[in-house]
Amino acid sequence: MPRRDDLKKILLIGSGPIVIGQACEFDYSGTQACKALREEGYQVILVNSNPATIMTDPDMADRTYIEPLVWEIVAKVIEKERPDAILPTLGGQTGLNLAMDLDRHGVLQKYGVEMIGARADVIAKAEERDQFKRAMEKIGLEVCRGQTVRNIDQARAALDSIGLPCVVRPSFTLGGSGSAVAYNRGEFDTLVRRGLDQSPVTEVLIEESVLGWKEYEMEVMRDMDDNVVIICSIENFDPMGVHTGDSITVAPAQTLTDKEYQRMRDASLAVIREIGVETGGSNIQFAIEPRTGRMVVIEMNPRVSRSSALASKATGFPIAKIAAKLAVGYRLHELRNDITRKTMACFEPTIDYVVTKIPRFAFEKFPEADATLTTQMKSVGETMAIGRTFKESFQKALRGLEVGSFGLGCDQKDRWGTREQPDRDEIRSGLAVPNAERPWYLRYAIKSGMSLEEIYELTAIDPWFLDQLFQIVELEERLRTVPGLEQAGAELLREAKRAGFSDRQLATIWHTSEMDVRRRRKGLGIVATFKAVDTCAAEFEAYTPYFYSTYEEEDETPSRPPGTQRIMILGGGPNRIGQGIEFDYCCCHASFALRELGIESIMVNSNPETVSTDYDTSDLLFFEPLTIEDVLNICDRVQPDGVIVQFGGQTPLNLARALASADVPIIGTSVDTIEAAEDREKFQQLLLRLDLKQPANGIARNMEQARSEAGKVGYPALVRPSFVLGGRAMEICYDQTQLERFVAEAFVVAQGQPVLIDRFLEDATEVDVDAISDGQNVVIGGVMEHIEEAGVHSGDSACAIPPYSLPGPVVQEIREATTALALKLKVVGLMNIQFAVKREDGKPNVYVLEVNPRASRTVPFVAKATGMPLAKLAAKVMAGKTLPELGVLREPIPAHVSVKESVFPFRKFVGVDIVLGPEMRSTGEVMGVSERFSIAFAKGQLAAGVVLPEPGQGKIFVSVTARHKHQIGGLARRLVDMGYQLMATPGTARQLAAEGIPVERVKKLAEGHPNLLDHLQNGEVALVMNTPSGKGARTDEGRIRALSVQHGVPCITTIQAAEAAVKAMEAIRLEGMNVEAIQDRFPAPAVDLASRP
Amino acid sequence: MQMQAKLALEDGTVFTGLGIGAEGEVDGEVVFNTSMTGYQEILTDPSYRGQIVTMTYTQIGNYGVNDEDLESSRPHLAGFVVREVSRLHSNFRADGGLQNYLARHGIIGLAGIDTRALVRRTRIHGALRGILSTVDLNDDSLVAKAQASPGLVGRDLVREVLPEGPHEWSDGVSEWTELPGNRTTSERSPRLRVVALDFGMKWNIARHLRHQGCDVTVLPGTASSDEVLARQPHGVFLSNGPGDPEPVTYGIQTIRQLLGKVPIFGICLGHQLFGLACGARTFKLKFGHRGANQPVLNLDTGRVEITAQNHGFAVAEESLPAELEITHRNLNDDTIAGLRHRHAPAFSVQYHPEASAGPHDSHYLFRQFRQLMDGGDRE
Repeated sequence: MPRRDDLKKILLIGSGPIVIGQACEFDYSGTQACKALREEGYQVILVNSNPATIMTDPDMADRTYIEPLVWEIVAKVIEKERPDAILPTLGGQTGLNLAMDLDRHGVLQKYGVEMIGARADVIAKAEERDQFKRAMEKIGLEVCRGQTVRNIDQARAALDSIGLPCVVRPSFTLGGSGSAVAYNRGEFDTLVRRGLDQSPVTEVLIEESVLGWKEYEMEVMRDMDDNVVIICSIENFDPMGVHTGDSITVAPAQTLTDKEYQRMRDASLAVIREIGVETGGSNIQFAIEPRTGRMVVIEMNPRVSRSSALASKATGFPIAKIAAKLAVGYRLHELRNDITRKTMACFEPTIDYVVTKIPRFAFEKFPEADATLTTQMKSVGETMAIGRTFKESFQKALRGLEVGSFGLGCDQKDRWGTREQPDRDEIRSGLAVPNAERPWYLRYAIKSGMSLEEIYELTAIDPWFLDQLFQIVELEERLRTVPGLEQAGAELLREAKRAGFSDRQLATIWHTSEMDVRRRRKGLGIVATFKAVDTCAAEFEAYTPYFYSTYEEEDETPSRPPGTQRIMILGGGPNRIGQGIEFDYCCCHASFALRELGIESIMVNSNPETVSTDYDTSDLLFFEPLTIEDVLNICDRVQPDGVIVQFGGQTPLNLARALASADVPIIGTSVDTIEAAEDREKFQQLLLRLDLKQPANGIARNMEQARSEAGKVGYPALVRPSFVLGGRAMEICYDQTQLERFVAEAFVVAQGQPVLIDRFLEDATEVDVDAISDGQNVVIGGVMEHIEEAGVHSGDSACAIPPYSLPGPVVQEIREATTALALKLKVVGLMNIQFAVKREDGKPNVYVLEVNPRASRTVPFVAKATGMPLAKLAAKVMAGKTLPELGVLREPIPAHVSVKESVFPFRKFVGVDIVLGPEMRSTGEVMGVSERFSIAFAKGQLAAGVVLPEPGQGKIFVSVTARHKHQIGGLARRLVDMGYQLMATPGTARQLAAEGIPVERVKKLAEGHPNLLDHLQNGEVALVMNTPSGKGARTDEGRIRALSVQHGVPCITTIQAAEAAVKAMEAIRLEGMNVEAIQDRFPAPAVDLASRP
Repeated sequence: MQMQAKLALEDGTVFTGLGIGAEGEVDGEVVFNTSMTGYQEILTDPSYRGQIVTMTYTQIGNYGVNDEDLESSRPHLAGFVVREVSRLHSNFRADGGLQNYLARHGIIGLAGIDTRALVRRTRIHGALRGILSTVDLNDDSLVAKAQASPGLVGRDLVREVLPEGPHEWSDGVSEWTELPGNRTTSERSPRLRVVALDFGMKWNIARHLRHQGCDVTVLPGTASSDEVLARQPHGVFLSNGPGDPEPVTYGIQTIRQLLGKVPIFGICLGHQLFGLACGARTFKLKFGHRGANQPVLNLDTGRVEITAQNHGFAVAEESLPAELEITHRNLNDDTIAGLRHRHAPAFSVQYHPEASAGPHDSHYLFRQFRQLMDGGDRE
């Protein structure tokens, strides 16, 4: 059947902010879907709350709504746009759940919107455990024995038949949120209670444990004619018990015979048919008992998923794109394989390499959290590496992870042979309890002489994988028998490179430098070759291929088309807190811009979730770790005319100096300038010359200096190491004791780097500015006024464009300072400056806090708020265009207000205090847009999952620190005037009562029951406003905040946010929320020149 | 100490790697298979006679070898080339490692070379003659030997893999063939007699015929039509087999005489022989189809099957006589993948519905053969 002509307008729902369990992969899938559907002539209406996505670029969809992803809001979009169909399977679990909500509330029926791809009953059959289980039994497939329960009594009864250990899984949660293994009855009760709480339908599944079984995934596609193909099989290195998102995974499956593989394939086909996913991609998970081969189906996602993004990147087959086309009627064999051009999409990709994905964690940001890996996903990002062998791909992935490792040991992070060498007990527990460091514990185990059998007993990791690690360590030991680099023969060096050893590891082994190893091996003719990812193992010619490095004989890098320029963009690597989709957005835009200029764009990145690693984003894609060695290897082959390092966040910046030293042509702002902005003394001189203020500050290289410098700048002082990301180990110290503790920590985080001590400006307003400069002209992209006070990490605070409270002259002063700094620093490209405005002696003073001559996290937000495609313009400037040539002359001042709000992963880390501080902890962001600040803020809150209650929906608990006592009265009165009932702990209650405001006094935790925690648990509280006095999860207030997060009660922790929330609640009462497409807000793109042809 | 081995091609290219398996020297046509699983089935598939098979997937031997996943009693291919062979195997059914298996059966293997470069060379230049050696490591001498080697075209390789004499087949399909939910509890009745003409038959074909309720008599492919008909079969099956179909004149002759007298089903070489018997011609593909991911369009149903394939020759479409109708096409290159006789009860497919190694999408063809013998409608 050809494309459906009865459909004209199709609604796509994105997945919202980046959270644990839902990252860039759904921007990748949504972007592919938008492109695929529009290519077919459909009008695409898109709703997504996340401004940092490529899919919400104005030219990706016909109508783009950056609005909260709740059914009431999407219903308004439907009412306005009247789409014919909704495609629910490309926006992750959020998109799927939202489509189900729209169906449940009759919205789809009311407006005659058809669900394409998968119907509601199909989704329910796949997602609802009992239905799924019945379906599997019907087709003769085994599932884990289990029972769905709705209360603790039912759960206990179920336990009698299932036994311990067992898995407790709440229904309908993101990324398996809340799932965990119970080993005893105490744990069991706790997990069930929490699970019931977290499940939106108050339901948990108690399930037979398949801990230690082999785990597999199959990516399946089906079309309307019931043609079904497998795109990729994935085998997990970590056996069952660790969430697949937190597992090291490998493609293709390694230890299945064809007989077993085909059985799994048959089962996959049977599952997708029985569940009835009509068209598109699904992901099916299996567990296999290693001793008998008994196979059970674990679950099925009736939609594209994180794994399908991985499968697409692993094979070159664009699952989301094809899924979108299948949904509108095409059959698989009517669609062309873009990579081979000759063959059709109806085939099963075959690969001639090994792909390894390793998750990246952020436990350092949540020290109170349990760092054990379980069935609940905790990782924040992932890296993928491709090698011809598992050994090569595994070691490449370890260095792509960017955690200071350059392979399996033999690097600065290696504890073996040092004073920190782990003892046998530590190794055993590092193996037995799954954790983020387990790959290295496996190495220590091998080094310590543990046998393969012993390691298998402790880990249940398949012996085949373990033997591969043994081979790596054995080769390392052979390398160590060679006294030095010069004595190492070509054959041995080549063997090491083929097994994935990095130059850095070899340098560590032979006590020499990475560059010396590089020189020596190149002298011996041992150079990286690049092979194509082509879906077909070279059976057909590939046209739009992407590449990975390996050490083989033949290189496939295409030669440079005559007369063209080549520019390389270095991406950001795995997502982490502080560096994620925003930078990928910038890299993609750089690539789009270069292609518009007719320049060949070359992308280098290792993150499989992203749009930047899509095969058609750039002219050439190198799927490689972002290390000096790997980047230089690519440069050797492609000889770029320029390399862009300022778009990928800290990752490429950290490489900039070494690349420049190796004569790699870095374009845009010079490396010297980048370093000058980071250099305190140079920066201080610069500010002096420009007559700009900065908070009093000092620099310390040891504890003694720290004490004296802090004494000079005065308390409170902000202490931070130089050269770190996302405010790592940055703290506000109110006295010397605190200072000493934090400084000690900072020296650990940034070894050899000095520690910076700044006077902390209390109660100051923070302002972020993104600007673009060509070296001669500077244009400001946006001035963002933060909602939270200075001191909260800029990545964690909410902010608004245009500024909502700052006086005009102050904003003007900020603009002038920005321009002066950009020109003085000779910025070419993007720059971000953080200012603080502090009212002193009755007048506002502007302080410069930080200058970053590179793309910032806020670039996409600014672009969406103003319509100016900052990143694209910057890339063109770096390629030699001037701003006047690009028609960019003035700062765009939008007529509406856009508010960015941050989204936090606290729900995943039980017991963690949620107070905001200088250490960044948010994973994602949303945007609210309206004519008025208050409504825009309200939308931002709603989009971030903070549902501001209506009067009567529950009480508001208020508790503020002494500092805010004088401000709370006014807010409380406004709440009461709106009809809210207030609760407060004794101190705040007294204060409010004194002001004549009615308030219910509740007991402090120490005063017995019922106290606030009881009220929270009983669901009486709908909103918590709690400003912290002293940080700590173990304090009363810490427990209150943590518990409100666990119960899904919104918790506001700053007085500024409370103020904004009250304003928002007042505004919503008066006018409600309307929705508007960004195409209507910017009828003609603000800068037309930058839009793509 | 691991031994060195070399693969030299007729175009002068020489690949140097490590010898795995037996020592010695062998010539053959160098081909590649893109299946990521099923090396044991590939090793024991008699159709690879005379060929040096390169696996495009890089990690081979991971799950060892076992006694069940055999397609004949021993490996038939001339040589085996992989990127990396596993030193440890891990699978609950394994009873040995790949390297030992190769050595035990005298198969010369080569590991450690840039197999993708070899595959690309084959794709661009077509299947080349080559020589694999662990004894002669002189490049010039090896290339000269490769150039002097006979190649496949015009050679009757079937005679090298024929069964010694007639025998009855007794095994059914393994438990891996179907999901428990689809498994038929009893074999179909009434029992029918099928004569399988064995040109180098994969065992799984005979197992599938059993599974359809057939008593299978295996006759060497050299059997005459009289010998076949003497068994009073309800149907005759034409097996797969190695090499060029044209020299297999005895088979073509037999098929011609059987046509119209008894239902016929052919697979792979059997399909080509059926085509030749009906008056079509065959031609050599540039580098053949070998893998487990080949899409085939069933023209009757409009649906696609993912199939296992292993052939270097194909039936030429322009030579097709009017009596033959195309039922299936290979979607990658549009070549004929299935034929049906318009008047006689006979059909054939170029691919392997018995899979092993490969997907099970085309099992229905065995049911179709059964229905043809039952005199029922075509499926």
